[in-house]
Amino acid sequence: MVSTHILSAYDEELKYLNRRISEMGGLAEQMCGDAVRALVNSDSALAQKVISDDVILDHAERDIQDKAIVTIAKRQPMAADLREIIGTLRIAADLERVGDLGKNTAKRVLAVQGTGVPRKLARGLEHLSELALVQLKDVLDVFANRSAEKAEIIRQRDEEIDAMYTSLFRELLTYMMEDPRNITTCTHLLFCAKNIERIGDHATNIAETIYYIATGAQPEGERPKDDTSNMLGSAGT
Amino acid sequence: MNMMSEAAVEKALDKKMNDVAYKMIGKDVSVYYGDKRALYDVNLNVRQNTVTALIGPSGCGKSTFLRTMNRMNDTIEGCRVTGKITLDGDDIYDKEIDVVELRARVGMVFQKPNPFPKSIYENIAYGPRIHGLARGKTEMDAIVEASLQRAGLWAEVKDRLHEGGTGLSGGQQQRLCIARAIAVSPEVILMDEPCSALDPIATAKVEELIHELRANYTIVIVTHSMQQAARVSQRTAMFHLGHLVEENDTDKMFTNPDDQRTQDYIMGRFG
Repeated sequence: MVSTHILSAYDEELKYLNRRISEMGGLAEQMCGDAVRALVNSDSALAQKVISDDVILDHAERDIQDKAIVTIAKRQPMAADLREIIGTLRIAADLERVGDLGKNTAKRVLAVQGTGVPRKLARGLEHLSELALVQLKDVLDVFANRSAEKAEIIRQRDEEIDAMYTSLFRELLTYMMEDPRNITTCTHLLFCAKNIERIGDHATNIAETIYYIATGAQPEGERPKDDTSNMLGSAGT
Repeated sequence: MNMMSEAAVEKALDKKMNDVAYKMIGKDVSVYYGDKRALYDVNLNVRQNTVTALIGPSGCGKSTFLRTMNRMNDTIEGCRVTGKITLDGDDIYDKEIDVVELRARVGMVFQKPNPFPKSIYENIAYGPRIHGLARGKTEMDAIVEASLQRAGLWAEVKDRLHEGGTGLSGGQQQRLCIARAIAVSPEVILMDEPCSALDPIATAKVEELIHELRANYTIVIVTHSMQQAARVSQRTAMFHLGHLVEENDTDKMFTNPDDQRTQDYIMGRFG
């Protein structure tokens, strides 16, 4: 384990930041799971809870920012400490965005409530969100143990989510073409799918930040991408 | 095509690395105080027109190494230096070397400002006079003014040149000492914790001065302040228990050092 600081209050400050990140991570994860559940079950009460939870998450991010800035001013951190505090700020910002994506998904619950979500699409969305939430959960575990190797593995895994998203995209297009009355619902679902896919991207960002904290280097090479939805035209489906 | 240009860049970078001009080179430098060994085979090259910071916990040998660079250790009884230190390729421990002349080329500024108990003018003029650098008063006046200008002190003292140097504030005294070091046209300036007795404002002025002096001089500074080392230097060397454990670009040293001991020291952790 890493040695401790001569100033024990400094250790406390760093521990506090770590704890807050874990809390934010747990909440963001829960919000996103709830949002998708609310969507497929047309549960507007649960959707409302997600929307109000976002306030807590935003507050946590601001708290982390304030505390990190005070610590930088007071301790003038160096090397791994400096990387850790800067990394903490970046991760907090990513988690705050994850919460926003969950909230945006929850807001669409009301819009699709009238028609409901077709069973097949619901399964697709659930599967996509499972993948994204596993990414998020794993990356938060890696944050706790600071393993650059594991961060790198998670970074490589985002491809799966992208592929799943592309296939959902294709499916939604098919539904819309089958019956124009599906367009409103499907467009909302498309945004939801995109939201969930973006959660995976933020998990990847966090993995890269953890890699940087642990090694002081940026991970090498382009991050793997398998989101080809931008290539799809209506004729191609 | 891309590969080629990348290779060309690498090559150019390599060349640049090899083109680094070393003003002073320390090779296998060991220092003993009587039976006690203070430095163990230190290999440290000091780059020209660069500020090199020496850091490390008390007793690590950083001041000892600094003092070997202009043979200040000669005055300490029982002190023995082995290995080789060169200035522009010449061995400074060679018997032929005139130590007084060496110390004119490699000047020093100490922790506590130590102006002579003479006037401001005389503090600066003393060195040039004993080295015979000025012919007549006009030339000496010019040297005094130029030195004080370079040390950023001229505006503050130009109307009181003949008042005592010890009447200045601590920060002004330290800049006076730097002006005194500059007056003999040194090539290298060694600084042993030059700001440890100064307040933050005076420290900032001295640091600004160090930054400006780099254009004309090679500077080696010992400091206990990590932030100061990070602020003023381009290269940083970390000493620990008489060993040089790491020498690196300052930017790298304070964000991602290679050695665990450096890491622990700069982060204020228990090793």
